[in-house]
This record gives sequence, structure tokens and C-alpha cells, in this order.
Amino acid sequence: MDLVVNILSMTVPFSVAILLASTGEMFNQRSGVFNLGCEGIMAMGAFIGMLIPFLVGGGGPVSGVYNWLGLLAATLIGALLGLFFGLIVVTFRAPQGIAGIGLQMFGVGTAGTLFRHFVGGTQSIPGMNSTPIPLLSRIPVIGPIFFSHNLMVYIAFLFVPAAWYVLFKTSWGLKVRAVGTHPRAADSMGINVNRTRYEALALGGALAGLAGAYLSVCQVKMFSDELIAGRGFIAVALVYFGHWHPVKIMAGALLFSFAQTIQYNVQGLGIDLPYEFFVMLPYIVVIVVLAFTSKNQKTGPAALGKPFNREMRT
Amino acid sequence: MEEKIKQLRIEHITKRFPGILATDDVSLTVDEGEILALVGENGAGKTTLMNILMGIYQQDEGRIYINGKEVRFRGPEDAFKAGLGMVHQQYMLVPDMTVTENVALGYQAAWKPFHLDLDMVRKKVIEVSEHYSLAVNPDAYIWQLTVGEQQRVELVKTLCLGAKFLILDEPTSALTPQETDELVSLLKRMKSELSIIFISHKLNEVKALCDKVAILRHGALVFSGNTADYSSNDIAALMTGHEIVLPENKEVWAGGELALSVKNINVRSDRGFLALEDFSLDIFQGEIVGLAGVSGNGQRELAEAVNGLREVESGTIEFFGTDLANKKPYYVIEHGMGYIPEERNIEGIVPSFAIRENFILKDSDKDRFSRHRFLKKKEISRNADTLRQSFDIRTPDTVTAAGSLSGGNIQKVILAREITRAPKFLIAVYPTRGLDMGAIEFIHQELLKKRREGIGILLISEELDEIMNLCDRIAVIYKGKIQKVLSHKEANRRRLGILMAGLDDGSGEEA
Amino acid sequence: MNRNFKIAYKVSVIVLAVLATLLLSSLILMILGADILKTFYTIVITPLTRVGHITEVFVRAVPLCIIALGVAVAYRSGIINIGAEGQMAMGILGFTTVAVTMPDTPRFILLPFALLCGMLCGALWGFIPGILKAKLDVSELLSTVMLNYIAAQFYSFCLRVPLLDPAERLSGAGTPQSARLTANIEIGRISGRLHYGIFIALVLAVLVYLFMWKTSYGYKMRASGAQSRAARYGGINVPFYVTLAMVISGAFAGLAGGVEIAAVHRRAIEGVTNNYGFSAVVVALFGMLHPFGIVPASFFFALLIYGSTLTPRAVGVPANIVDVMQGLIIIVIVTTQMILQNSYLEDRVWRWFKTRTGKEEV
Repeated sequence: MDLVVNILSMTVPFSVAILLASTGEMFNQRSGVFNLGCEGIMAMGAFIGMLIPFLVGGGGPVSGVYNWLGLLAATLIGALLGLFFGLIVVTFRAPQGIAGIGLQMFGVGTAGTLFRHFVGGTQSIPGMNSTPIPLLSRIPVIGPIFFSHNLMVYIAFLFVPAAWYVLFKTSWGLKVRAVGTHPRAADSMGINVNRTRYEALALGGALAGLAGAYLSVCQVKMFSDELIAGRGFIAVALVYFGHWHPVKIMAGALLFSFAQTIQYNVQGLGIDLPYEFFVMLPYIVVIVVLAFTSKNQKTGPAALGKPFNREMRT
Repeated sequence: MEEKIKQLRIEHITKRFPGILATDDVSLTVDEGEILALVGENGAGKTTLMNILMGIYQQDEGRIYINGKEVRFRGPEDAFKAGLGMVHQQYMLVPDMTVTENVALGYQAAWKPFHLDLDMVRKKVIEVSEHYSLAVNPDAYIWQLTVGEQQRVELVKTLCLGAKFLILDEPTSALTPQETDELVSLLKRMKSELSIIFISHKLNEVKALCDKVAILRHGALVFSGNTADYSSNDIAALMTGHEIVLPENKEVWAGGELALSVKNINVRSDRGFLALEDFSLDIFQGEIVGLAGVSGNGQRELAEAVNGLREVESGTIEFFGTDLANKKPYYVIEHGMGYIPEERNIEGIVPSFAIRENFILKDSDKDRFSRHRFLKKKEISRNADTLRQSFDIRTPDTVTAAGSLSGGNIQKVILAREITRAPKFLIAVYPTRGLDMGAIEFIHQELLKKRREGIGILLISEELDEIMNLCDRIAVIYKGKIQKVLSHKEANRRRLGILMAGLDDGSGEEA
Repeated sequence: MNRNFKIAYKVSVIVLAVLATLLLSSLILMILGADILKTFYTIVITPLTRVGHITEVFVRAVPLCIIALGVAVAYRSGIINIGAEGQMAMGILGFTTVAVTMPDTPRFILLPFALLCGMLCGALWGFIPGILKAKLDVSELLSTVMLNYIAAQFYSFCLRVPLLDPAERLSGAGTPQSARLTANIEIGRISGRLHYGIFIALVLAVLVYLFMWKTSYGYKMRASGAQSRAARYGGINVPFYVTLAMVISGAFAGLAGGVEIAAVHRRAIEGVTNNYGFSAVVVALFGMLHPFGIVPASFFFALLIYGSTLTPRAVGVPANIVDVMQGLIIIVIVTTQMILQNSYLEDRVWRWFKTRTGKEEV
């Protein structure tokens, strides 16, 4: 029982980075843009996020503020990189898949380069402490699983209903869905297709940046080249799995995170397999999930991956 | 702008696209309560001109005036504000949204800062649909609606956004003759409140509805005048610029064996519903059978199922005695099937490949074009030169990418490849869609030539004139089933229209 | 539009693209406070100044070229192989397993057999995303990346346990590496570490050219990649050729891994793959997905990769700068291609140009 609670109480905070990135990617894809550069944006976010508390923090009562500043800066850099991607694939209409790989290499490379220059080797930061919610966190089983984490965890899960509301109940969400499904119709209604896509990319990038910073500031409390470890790509895969819906995406993030948490509890589980196989597990899960859900793409945003050119006549 | 549009005037509008002058110094005037017909062949520049009027394209030269004042539209939203509205030929509706949501896309009054007021939009939709007696269900999803219903949604949408001046781009192209009549009488009623530009190349509609007519040819305005003063033939002659009489199939069927026999097939569409349900059809050698119907009633699925491109759930497709159901495309091709596909630009050719490479798309392994899998460059080039000449494909050379050709020439490339492969049977899907008269004439002649050679042809088309000109028998498809098969003699527009709408034509006998 | 304008337009777009790449890389260097010109000099020029450097560049060009040829075959067939890194790792494992289990086999059997085994392992690792794409529409971009992580873990495991050098096990140090391979399986060296593997790369380039452009197999594969619907319509078995392309691509990466071990490292150790799998994607694109472009492109990128190893000492710039540049180059290449294809933009520039010059004449 303790073991189960232990695994689940790790599952929730570990899912946050993927949840945030995947929610962001959902907005990208709903608007018709497939951003594989998510991984690179997360790397940049993770680096910037930890850099600020590392350089100016230094402990003490105010250090918490710097954590938040780091998260904020990561969000901004993420939005900027999202806009940069927009320039490439929306304005210049470059093929999105390979351009995303380019952005990923650029982001991961830049984060690694700057990290070596400004930080150097492995340096941990105090990071964000957990803030158990009074009363709720004392409930047995439920308390440790859901209510004993740092503030970002709660915020991230509040983003799920928020994303749903934005997507389905606001005019901006309506525009995003329209430009992702039938951009020509949206255009004929006076909606600026490219601008809407830029906006969605900025939001998606911001969430990816924040996701990266969550890893370095709240979860691992340090930065390394292997920190992101494919989570950006997994976030993209989860969007298919979650069928472009915030709630289903959350379920996917928890599933992936669960697979990932097992590696930290191998001994408790008493399974005798080399640990490498447990590290592999989440990636295998993703491939299996993709194998079962990829045919869904046909019912996803119809204009996904297709650049819009107003003057191009069918 | 709340005031009425008393007059809309465009002057000297010119728009260039790479390599073409899409509209060339066009000037037009439409007064209040008038219906202007804008006619011309495919590619004459009608849609481009209207897109400029709607602010979707920016003109390179020229001005637009409303009530004598110059207006500049940077986008459709500006045109809406000025009271213009357009129903595009391909409907601009988001399929997985409701009618209300589609209207809300342009209804900015409902865009509250943190909330989208769909109730407000819904009320407006109901109000407008009642005012003009255009029945629409505001909560239906677009993909659930028929083409005719979608058109009503388009009209309601445009009117909700405050249009006092309507532009209708080929509004009847996807309608049955009866639906067309309804639309014409609706527009006549609306005329008291609105001005209308009606784009069409069907002259009987123009005569029935419009006060004035303007004719575009190769982007230029070649004529304008009162409809009443000219006959349909006069207008037709001005439209094409030269006399083209499309060939007709006047010969009697010489008889032939059963070529293609589709029996009780069930086939699903991409969305997963049954597009063909218990569908059967027989076609013999030496005849052209037309499959008439509003597009989206299973035509695409039929062509794909026969050619091995779509799964057949049950039933058989016998082709000279062999079952083709669920066979690979290669197998179908090897059994002598020729196929002119619907999407010529991405299915009929590999657009980035040279013309000569496209000619061997189905035959790269044949002895003629390769030896031990190594391609015979000379033979491929010689073949291409021959075909280019005999099919009059307008291109400087055959190493040009096929995708850079015009629609008519692409269709000739496909036709040349399919016909010279000496097929035993031919399926042609919308073979003349969007082409100019010259290309249509050429393709009709080639089809008739093949018929005379004793080959069976299945012609899928939405152009009733094309079908009635060419076919020995006409099968009408509706919701994945054959409504009825008529002989050439029995068919007329009215009767076909009734059948296309899924109704019984009242004549008990089977054809 | 006249010819001179068209050429001038193309040239200026390409020049602008190069400038954009340099400018963006400089921006990163500026943040680092590095001497920009000196950094570029160290990366691009210094490696060419000494024979010892040049041979090192060639050592890196060989795996890049072999893998990039495979990536190009896949890319032309409509599947983007980001998984060469993992396929190469699997190739190394296949090669090393053969090499350490039968070290006394005669050279003329052992070396080809081990290389073949490496190719098979790489091919298998390419087959998985290929078949997943062909049959289930799984995005190869995602599946290959996932398979890279899986392969990396499997690689570590193999070096740590089944393939671990017995000497390491005895000494208890446990450095994850295989035993040193016998001389029977080594590929000889020409100068420095430059080895005969370079001829394998060149021969493969010619073979890929013949296969893709002169045979009906290549024709069908390119048709599948250029427009899969048309290919399917034309009776081409698109899923088969897409899978075949990935198998070939994986086999090339596996071969590159085997050659790298046989000629350079002579035992399997961590870090052999050295991001070659990702760099090869850039090489393939930069070489315009054509063998005769890929050969020089692989040399150019080997230059960048080797040059960047010199920057930490010479100018204090971390070697990761090469990743930054590769990412930027991908972005710039795909963007530039789209700009060059955009006839609307070209038309607009032409008209702008005409009105400008027209007015000047008046």
C-alpha cells in the first residue's frame, strides 16, 4: 500500500512538465501547426529557469521569488521561440516536421552551450519547496498523492480546465479551432489566420518553456543536457493520444508519468531486471500508445501541418 | 456602414498572379435591387474578381466605389462592415463546428473579452432564417448537413453578418435542378432588399434570374448588357470567344460483353459511415455509363473501391470474370483497368516528377521501360515525345515538372497515359471539372473515340450536360445507392434532378 | 521576368540565408562574449591548416556520409529518419557481438560478417518505425526519437553487462566497454586515424545514386516520397517501399557504426555515436538529398564538428556551439527552399524591382 501511494505521489508531480508542454502543443496543433521543437523550447526554458535563481538567488528567505522569476523568464523565452517557429513555418511556410527538428537541435544546443559558459558543471539550486495544502494534505492516501506538492503542481493542474475553457468557450478558442480545421473559411470570415497561428504558437511555446523550467526549478533542481530526455517529443505524442482535448491529455500525462515513476521504485516492486529497462519503459509506452492512436490523426485538426497561403488557388 | 448600398462600382481592376493576368482592367456597376450575372468559362477570372471585392485579394490596380465613395478593403472584415457578403463556390464552413459557431466566427459583437456569447449568435441565426424563410438548425454540425442545407447555412451566415449586397459564386454547381429552381425563386424574392452578383456559367439560370449580364474572358470584360436583349446562344458565343460545339454520342450501342459488374458492395467513407450500401451496377463493353449525382453520395468511394484503393466490406466487383474487391491497385491495373482520378493534381500525377516520368507511373517495371530494373532512359524520353505530340500537351519539353502545367494539360498527361496503356475499361471521375471549353472538347472526343473502339467507360460527373451528351445509359446515385438507371432516351434534366434528390420519378418501369 | 533576374533572385536568397545563419550564430557567440571572427576561424579554417587535423575531419566525415546517404534514401521515399543515432548504436552492438564471440575466424570472413550483422541490427531498428508508419500511420519523427532513447539504454546495458570487457570485470573498475577487438577485424588506416572506410562511403554514394535514380526500385521509392497518393494510384506498393527505405536507412547507420568500431575505436565504448545520427540529417538536407551533394556536405559538417572540438581551448566557446549551428542550418535550409519555391514572392519582388528601375529611368 505504501508503495502504491509512494508511486502515485510521485506520478502527480512528475507529470507536470509533460502536462504543461502537451497542453501548449495542443494549442499549436489546434491552430494547425505541429511543433516538434517543443523539446528544444523546453531545454531553453529549463536552462533559463534555473539560471536566474542560480545567479542571483543564493538562498535566504527571498530565494523563492527568484524561482518564480526563473519560471517567468522561461515562459517568456518559450513564447519568443514559439514566435520564431511561427516565422519559419507560418510566414515562410517551411515544412513543419523537419523545421521542428531544427528548432529542437537549436534549442538543446543553445541551452547546452550557454549552460557550460554561465554555470559550468553540475550545480544544483535550492529550487521550489513543496507547499502541502492545509487539511487536504492530511487526508490519508489522497493527501500525499494530490495535495503535498509545490505550488506549480497545483497551478499546472488548474491549467487543464482553463485550457478547456479557452478552447471551447472564448472567441479566441473558436478562432484557433477554425484556423486549424479550415483556414480558408476562417480567412473568408475576416480572421487573420497567420496571426492566430502566431498567437497559438506563442502560447504553446510559453507553456513549453514553463514546462522546462518546472523540471529544472521544481522537480530536479538542476540543469543537465539530459534533463529533458525526450519529454518534448512525448508531449507531442500525447496530443495525439489525448485527441486534442485537455482532459484526455492530462490522463495521458499521468499515464506516462506513472511508467516513468516505476524506475524509482524498482527495489520496492521486487522485479529483477536491469534498471536500463525501466528507464526505457516510458519510451516503449509512447511507441505503443502511438501505434494505437495514430490513425486518429484523420479526425484531428484537418489543416494540421499545412501552411496557409491565401493567394494559392487550390 | 448602416446606409443602403445604392450603387457598387468597380473601375479598372487588375490583378496578376505569377505567369497569368487573372483580371485585366475590369469595370462594372451594380445598382440597388439589381441582379448582375457574371459569366465566363472556368479560369476566366470571375472568382478572383469577387475575391478582390471581398478584400480577400488586393488588386494591383483599380478602385472600388460604394455609393460614389471609394472604399479600400484590407480584409473580408472590412467588406462585411461595408455590407458585402459572399457565398463561395466551395463552402467556407468549418465541418466540425455547429451552424451557430460558424456564424460566430465572423460575428464580432458576440466576442466578449472572456466569453463567447453563443446565445446571442444563435438568436440572430434564428431571426435571419425566419425572416428569409431559410430553414436551418442552428445546433446542427456542418458535416451532418447535405450540400443544399449547407448552402442555406452559407446564405444565413452571410445575412447574419449584415450583408446588403450578396455575391454568389457558382451557387448552383452542386445542386440538383430542383434545388436550383428553389434558389432562383428565393433570390428573386430577396431582390427587393438586396443587390446580387450571380456568378455562373449556366446560361438558362442567368436568363431566368438576372437583369444584367457581364462576360469575362481571360480576365478581361468582353461584354455587358441587359439580359433580356440577348439570347443564350449570343452569350455563349461571347463567353468562349469562338464557336465550340461539344461532341455528342449519337451512335447506337454496338453490343459487347459484360465488362464490370459491381454486386452488392458495402464501402465505408473516411469518416466511417457506409458510403456505398448494397450498391450494384453493370457496365458492358462499348458503352459509356454516366454516374450522375450530387457529389458526396458515394462516387469517390465507388471509384476507389473498384481500383483497389479502398476496402470493400462485402460484395464483389467482377471485372471480366475476376473479382477485384480488396485487391491491390497493381492487380487492378494489370487486369486492364484505366482510371482518371478525381484529384488530378495530387493523385493523377506526381507533381514534382517530370512529365516523362509521369508517363511511366504504372509501367516502370515493364520491359518497354526498364531492363533488369534499370530504367531505359531513351525509350522513356521517346515515349514522352510521342505522347506530347499526339495529345497536344502544351509544354516546351518533357522534363518539366508535371505539377507546373495548367489543369487542362495535366489532365491530358493523365489521359495520354491511361489511354495509350490500352486499357480494357476506363473509369473517368469528374474528368472535365474546372477546365476550359477547348480542353473539355478534347477530352470528350477522346472518350467517344475509346467508346467506338469498343471499350466500356464509367463516367462519373456532376455536369448533367456532359452526362447527357456522352452516355448510353445514365445511373443516378443517391446516398450510396443506385436510384435508377435510365437509357439515354429516357433521361432529361428534370427527371435526373428528381432522382438525384433521392425522390421517386413516378415512372414505375425499370430501365 | 527575365533570366538574369531569376538567377540574381536565387543567388541573393541564398546569400541572405547564409548571412542569416552567420548572424544568428553570432548572436549566441555574442551572449557568450566570445571573439566571433576568431571562433569561426577556429571552426572552419584551423582544421584545414594541418594534415593531422584534416585526417581527423575525414574520420568524422566517413560515418556522417554513410548515415546521410541512408537518411537521404529514406527522406526521398517520404520518411524522415531522425533515428540514425539509435540505429547506429544497434549496429555497433551487432558488429561487436560477432567480433567478440568469434575472434579467431579468418579476417576475410569475420569482417564482412560482422559488418553485415551490424547492418542487420541497424536495419531492424529502422524496420520498426518504417512498418509502424506504413501500417499504422505512426509519425516516424516521434517513433524514431523514442527508439533512440531505447537504443541508448540498451547500448548502456550491453556494455555494462553482456559485452563488458572481462578485464574490467576482473579489475572491478567496471568501465562500461567491450573487450578490445582482435586485429582480425580491424579496418586499416591510411594516415593518422584516417581509414579505408572512406572508400566504403564513396562506393555507397555511387550505389545509392544508381539505385535511386537509375532503377525502377528507386523510381518507385521516390514516387512514394514525392506524392504517396499518386504512387498508390499508380499501383506502387507504398507501404512496402516506405518500409524498405527505412530498412536501408537503418542498415546504413548500422554499417557506419560497425566501420567506426572496426577502424577508429576498436572496441565498443560509450559515446561512439557522437550525435552523428542527428548531424547526418543536416548533412543530407545540406547535400540536397543527393549522393553527389552529400559527399562534400559530409566533409563540410565533419569540419564543423571537428572544429568545434577546438573552440573550448582556443576561444573558450563550448563545443555544443556546433549543435546550435546545425539546428540553425536545418531551419535556414528548409526556409530557403520554401522561399525559392514561392513564385508569388518572386513575382512580387520582380514587380517591385521593375517599378523601382522603371522610375529611375524616368
